[in-house]
Amino acid sequence: MGRFKLEGPRAGALVMAACLVIPFIDRNGSHINFLVDAGAFVLLALGLNIVIGFAGLLDLGYAAFFAIGSYAFAMLSSPQFNIHWPIWVMFFVASGIAGIFGILLGAPTLRLRGDYLAIVTLGFGEIVPQTFLNLSQYTNGPNGISSLDQPTFFGYKFGFNPVPYYYLMLVLIVLAILVARNLRDSRLGRAWMAIREDELAAAHMGINTTAAKLSAFALGASFSGLAGVAYASKLGLVSPDQFKFNVSVFILSMLVLGGMGNITGVVVGSLVLSSLDRFILPQLTSFSHDVMHLNIDFTNSRFLIYGIIIVLVMLFRPEGLIPSRQRKAELHAGDTDPSVAAQEQQEYNKAGI
Amino acid sequence: MDVFLQQVVNGISLGGIYALIALGYTMVYGIIELINFAHGDVYALGSFISLAILALLGVQDEVHGAALIGVIVLTLAGSMLACGLVGVLIERLAYRRLRNAPRLAPLITAIGMSFILQNVMQLWKGPSPVPIPQFIPNPTIFHAGAVEIQLKQVLVVVLAVAMMIALQTFVQKTRMGKAMRATAQDRDAAQLMGININTTIAVTFLIGSALAGTAGFVSGVYYGTAVFNAGFAAGLKAFTAAVLGGIGNIAGAMLGGFLIGLIEALTTQFISDQWANVVVFSVLVAVLIFRPSGLLGESLPNKV
Repeated sequence: MGRFKLEGPRAGALVMAACLVIPFIDRNGSHINFLVDAGAFVLLALGLNIVIGFAGLLDLGYAAFFAIGSYAFAMLSSPQFNIHWPIWVMFFVASGIAGIFGILLGAPTLRLRGDYLAIVTLGFGEIVPQTFLNLSQYTNGPNGISSLDQPTFFGYKFGFNPVPYYYLMLVLIVLAILVARNLRDSRLGRAWMAIREDELAAAHMGINTTAAKLSAFALGASFSGLAGVAYASKLGLVSPDQFKFNVSVFILSMLVLGGMGNITGVVVGSLVLSSLDRFILPQLTSFSHDVMHLNIDFTNSRFLIYGIIIVLVMLFRPEGLIPSRQRKAELHAGDTDPSVAAQEQQEYNKAGI
Repeated sequence: MDVFLQQVVNGISLGGIYALIALGYTMVYGIIELINFAHGDVYALGSFISLAILALLGVQDEVHGAALIGVIVLTLAGSMLACGLVGVLIERLAYRRLRNAPRLAPLITAIGMSFILQNVMQLWKGPSPVPIPQFIPNPTIFHAGAVEIQLKQVLVVVLAVAMMIALQTFVQKTRMGKAMRATAQDRDAAQLMGININTTIAVTFLIGSALAGTAGFVSGVYYGTAVFNAGFAAGLKAFTAAVLGGIGNIAGAMLGGFLIGLIEALTTQFISDQWANVVVFSVLVAVLIFRPSGLLGESLPNKV
């Protein structure tokens, strides 16, 4: 009998089984609640991974699509306009709307150089919540839209119990992982990676780079539509301050930490950062308070910590904790140059040139 | 009409601040093709440093005569120096290692640096806006009907234009300026010609960040407050200004800054201040679609 290897479908099945039984073992509602929120961020990270990890396009306003998905659900499935579309329909509608906005934003800018896209998405991420705030006759401005419809599944009401949301989230994540994997291994996925490595070369190989980039943008955005619907329906309300720039950077740091381009890495990265946010920092704060008698509030500096994580990982391990092999090779391609240059410089200096 | 003219005046002085920030964006982008997202936060830092220096000098109220000149010079110089050094430090720590990495890597690091700076400022001075002592007397020095021009507005514009002329002269006439232009054109060739590119890039960051420090001082004096996240929106607008003028072009950054200031002031007056950001952002997208090389820029071929 061969050695038992924990990888591939076997590992997947094991993780899946563990996920299925968690609500039976851990009956603490707040833990399940946390896992549902963390799950929404796993979905977001998987979506952003398509844009940044696969296609190499830096989207700094990803939370805007999350906002669009959430608000779509809030407007079409609540007493706000007295429209009550079921959540199962809204998953398709909201991810469609988010995808369309992805195309609207991407179409004019994707023809341009990559770094312009970063700044345009940054601006987009800033104005989308602002717009929802300003259009207060439709969105109630800063108060947001509340008492959203609670999902029912063949007569079973979700109510305020987090467990059904947990299973819903689990299904969504499994679907998202399968879709992301198949996309990565498809013709389109290979086109994305070719563009990421060398756009000019990819174009010369006959890839329609604009179409490929646009589809990465739209598909990535549609994932956040799913996350938006699930998150909003669990919370029961949406408001503009849930979708600030901080959220975009939070998701970005999940990708950077876990390993851009690697699906497992991204999932792990987002779970690690979500737990850091919810458990570890408050624990550290009370530890420093009670044991060390210091008055350091780590939860206040959470975004400082994410910034430091981003910079340190990019400098010292740009491929992340769980790297994608190709991505690692790309990110280290330029490594030899500076040292060679420095060596040469030293030799010049010695020779007195 | 008076309202319109008054908003033009306000817009131009606001534009002076954007222009100063835009100069730094355009210089750094010109030389290493990196959008330095942390640049806007260096600007916000400039306001805080000015505040700290004013506290150190014990300035609380209006100052007159020679003392006023002394306080202005000291505060401005301190803010420029501190911001310049922070800029050099950021380049050394965060960007230099990644100079040959794929372009995505330094961009992501830049957004991380921006976040770090913002949160350090928040930890330093707290999340709410901090008042800055109004030590410069602000008489109205020009009247025409209901249109007023105040001393501070003149100060902003004069300072911005003077900085731009000094910078333009530096880049065109000095040896270091020539090295910058050479490095911007072709880094490897410049190095082969004996230019120390590390020093050249560091000097670029020093000057660009010192200009952001100037802008931070000016906006602190002009608005009378400093807030930790001011750099985010201002940075976005200043970058829009740099793109509008033609990125890499010093006069273009200036022109773009004044235009963005005008657009913002007029939007605030005639539409609503809630929509000012949206309008400026639409300008950015429109420029990128219809004239990506900007008003004064030449169209650059994609570097391979």
